[in-house]
Amino acid sequence: MSKEKFITLKSTAVPIAVENIDTDQIIPARFLKATTREGFGDNLFRDWRYDSNNAPVSDFPLNNSAYTGKILVAGKNFGCGSSREHAAWAIYDHGFRVVVSSFFADIFRNNALNNALLPVVVSDQFLNELLETIQANPKNEITVDLENQAISFNGKKESFDINAYKKTCLMNGYDDIDYLLSLNNEIREFDKEHA
Amino acid sequence: MSQPKTIFEKIWDKHVVKHADGYPHAVFIDRHFIHEVTSPQAFDGLRKRGIGVFNVSRTTATADHNVPTKDQHLPIKEALSRHQVETLRKNCAEFGVELYDLGHPFQGIVHIIGPELGLTLPGMTIVCGDSHTSTHGAFGNVAFGIGTSEVEQVLATQCILQYKPKTMKIEINGKLGKGVVSKDIILYIISKISASGATGYFVEYAGDAIRNLSMEARMTICNMSIEMGARGGLIAPDETTFNYIKGRKFAPQGAAFDKAVEEWKKLKTDADAKYDTVLTFDAADIAPMITYGTNPGMGMKVTDRIPTANELKEINEQVSFKKSLDYMGLEQGSQLLGKAIDYVFIGSCTNARIEDLREVAAMVKGKKKASGVEVWVVPGSKQVQEQAKKEGLDKIFEEAGFELREPGCSACLGMNEDKIPAGKYCISTSNRNFEGRQGPKSRTFLASPLSAAAAAITGRVTDVREFEKQ
Repeated sequence: MSKEKFITLKSTAVPIAVENIDTDQIIPARFLKATTREGFGDNLFRDWRYDSNNAPVSDFPLNNSAYTGKILVAGKNFGCGSSREHAAWAIYDHGFRVVVSSFFADIFRNNALNNALLPVVVSDQFLNELLETIQANPKNEITVDLENQAISFNGKKESFDINAYKKTCLMNGYDDIDYLLSLNNEIREFDKEHA
Repeated sequence: MSQPKTIFEKIWDKHVVKHADGYPHAVFIDRHFIHEVTSPQAFDGLRKRGIGVFNVSRTTATADHNVPTKDQHLPIKEALSRHQVETLRKNCAEFGVELYDLGHPFQGIVHIIGPELGLTLPGMTIVCGDSHTSTHGAFGNVAFGIGTSEVEQVLATQCILQYKPKTMKIEINGKLGKGVVSKDIILYIISKISASGATGYFVEYAGDAIRNLSMEARMTICNMSIEMGARGGLIAPDETTFNYIKGRKFAPQGAAFDKAVEEWKKLKTDADAKYDTVLTFDAADIAPMITYGTNPGMGMKVTDRIPTANELKEINEQVSFKKSLDYMGLEQGSQLLGKAIDYVFIGSCTNARIEDLREVAAMVKGKKKASGVEVWVVPGSKQVQEQAKKEGLDKIFEEAGFELREPGCSACLGMNEDKIPAGKYCISTSNRNFEGRQGPKSRTFLASPLSAAAAAITGRVTDVREFEKQ
């Protein structure tokens, strides 16, 4: 089924300069009770965004009105822990279309790619410069060009890797099931042989 | 002669249905486990496409994450949780999937029931919408956690699109010291290589210290592979594996079993096979372990002191490190030994098998929990619960003041009713010490069932080796 297509994005960004952000922080388990994919954005980073009285934590970047945009920039090993796809849904539902980090956990990266959310891996140095730049000037725009696999800001540019198949899927809004369903006969045969 | 292969490569390669140029591998999945939290949106996807489940005999469902561990015979109190479990019921009925629902004698934590029912076998590919699916790798199979879009892929096509991970061997040689159990081995490994140290890899655990472990203990190790970022972790099958499987409900029986064992014996890494990375540790260097921070890589020997920010290798880590200790209410450079705790949780897919409960019971028999400490023992499955009762472990727990509950994920993940209150310290046999994992602002020390049991009695973080001398 077709998803939103991703070609290029020029946007300001929200920086969360913390490493090892696990999916329990992105969306705590107690908010995983919905049976649809929508609405998780309200609880994105719930326990970092709100205190125990449900008041917004003022110094958390998502509560800082200076930070806006469709790009989330975060520290190394983003998305580790639980396989909950709700983490990718929450980030997307909140309005982000790109997450930039110097390292992503495997399952999160797959989940993001399956939901039109582009994970961009940059070098540690590029990440640090990017975080500092956004913090110094939140109005700074960042360009993510999927076709040419490049991310740039303030005249600095770095290329990023993405698997060719996943790139095609993102640029055209395809998903994996469309492809797997086309293999139906081969899979049936395999299933019979391995009964 | 064909290229020498690791056991992982043998299993993976055998399951590739198609590898078209420019595409990931379409990998056939032998066994698919589902539960209430990560499956509803996948079933919705099938409905939208107007298709059914590819082969219902390869999928098994249970309710575990969101279930209460008290009064399971009553309707679930919380409306959203109840709705999620009811949705699983409806979906399984509509699509014809076998469900071990609340009250069923086979219900339990998905990674506990698969092995105990003989649904988990050597040589298989196994997935579940849960990162601790790596547990099943203890039987010598390729098992890994997936997201809900992938759950939908597997329901729809019995295949998943994946890139082949790199391979890592982790070898532990030598003899384990007194009081050191498999949970300590895996916490030790993660503390050495960090919470992301095996990302992109599929791990094979080897060496005589691994070989000498029971199946239950091997499952604890494979379970936490994901906590160092690994796609999964496995242990080549051997006589211990075959003996465990023999006679289990859905395992091959009689002559079919003997034939299967002959095939399973071939599941080992060829002598000249190459791994992308090999790590070797000495079992003698492993001590009872405990975590002090907010990811499973932040662990140490229970007698060590917490590092200081200046001792960290990377400057970048300092901010996260300080944030972590601040959350935990702990000082850099301090010791955890003797620290008072409030809760003890013995349970989860990591350590809620019958062997875990037996070890705990043997240790606390005739003793009483410390006053002011709340102790929950949550069996991993209905079968574990029944077995514990049959062996009289329930009486031992009752006398010790431990509360033996009904099966479920319980306080491992702060999703159901079992939560650790804000600011409280819990020594837990589960797998994650993330912020809020056991409930908002809860503070978790991960440790072995033995260490948890000792802490329950003393009310403090305790070196189990000293405890046993008493």
